Amino acid sequence: MNSTISNFDEFMDGLWKQNPIFVMVLGMCPTLAVTVSAVNSISMGLATTFVLVASCMLISMLRHAIPKEVRIASYIVIIATFVTVVDYAIQAISLDLYEALGAYIKLIVANCILLGRAEAHAARNPPVPATLNAIGMGLGFTLGLLAIGGVREIFGAGKLFGIALFGPHFQPWVVMVLPPGGFFVLAGWLILFAGIKANKQRKIDAEQALKGAQA
Amino acid sequence: MNNETIANILLTTILPGNFVLAMFLGMCPFLGVSQKLETALPMGLATAFVIMVASISAYFMNLLLVHFHLEFLSVITFITVIACTVQLVEMFVKKYFPVLFRQLGIYLPLIATNCAVLGVALFQTARQYNFTQSLAYSIGGGIGFTLALVLMAGLRERLQLANVPTLVQGTAISLIVGGLLSLAFMGFAGIGAGE
Repeated sequence: MNSTISNFDEFMDGLWKQNPIFVMVLGMCPTLAVTVSAVNSISMGLATTFVLVASCMLISMLRHAIPKEVRIASYIVIIATFVTVVDYAIQAISLDLYEALGAYIKLIVANCILLGRAEAHAARNPPVPATLNAIGMGLGFTLGLLAIGGVREIFGAGKLFGIALFGPHFQPWVVMVLPPGGFFVLAGWLILFAGIKANKQRKIDAEQALKGAQA
Repeated sequence: MNNETIANILLTTILPGNFVLAMFLGMCPFLGVSQKLETALPMGLATAFVIMVASISAYFMNLLLVHFHLEFLSVITFITVIACTVQLVEMFVKKYFPVLFRQLGIYLPLIATNCAVLGVALFQTARQYNFTQSLAYSIGGGIGFTLALVLMAGLRERLQLANVPTLVQGTAISLIVGGLLSLAFMGFAGIGAGE
């Protein structure tokens, strides 16, 4: 029973508490580059999740076999292999998507989340928690991408998942789908989360002060 | 084949198509090492050098891969070549500029996972640039990267004296500054685009 709880924690860790985008601020290149629409964001997120889960599982299984001196190089080769798999898979499934994401699928190799997770978690833990943690991280990353991509698509194109939300007189806010929009939307989310955190802290402080006054 | 002129490629990659501000390549050092001007400049130059060497090696590796019909190995080949180049630069800097080596610390080996370096190798292949075009692309990219890093460092040095609201402190304000820089660079759109 105890181990299932800890496994669940491993999963939730990446999804929420240590969300790679909003808390750790890792993997910024794809985060800002491909999130012009919700569909792009989800596909990029899922592609990264697949690579992350597969490579973390493999690295965790091989953690005693890989010599310390060449571990980074070995991780990169493992990650690059799975990225190539994803690259060709997406090309086979949807050519439109492949064109939209462009070289950024191949650039998953250089995503800091992958090497970071491999080094900090997968190399030190048995396969089951490593995989669960990777799934959580991957889904957390997807969620973050979707949060940014959704906002940018709604304001920049007046659509969500390609469905028009506003009437025909909607004037798109073009900056949102251009590069600066990515910076601003991510900054907006970070400010929102910082606000929520500060609010919570204030409530806790107020409660403690009240308890202190009663005592 | 691509017929873009050298000057055109250089101008486009430095200003309107800046790697960091328009294509979002190399965001990690952009947000991580841009605290101080004195480390931002050497970091930018080191990265620019790695980008150039990686681009030249990637060009010849790609010729080899195409010759043997092994294009599916391109990602693995490029990243391995880049990792080796970074190792080489690291040893070179350690031997000849020990002070700089200590200043840059962990960020020097991290150039290997800089998207900009791999990005140059991938984009020049995708656009079918020839050798001189690739070289111009990588040099322009390196200069653009250094420029963005130095500008950002200058802004952040000023920012330390500014009164920033608590909520916005940290990454959020850096992102807003980056967004404004990116907005400014959009003003260059059109330069170098004409034939």
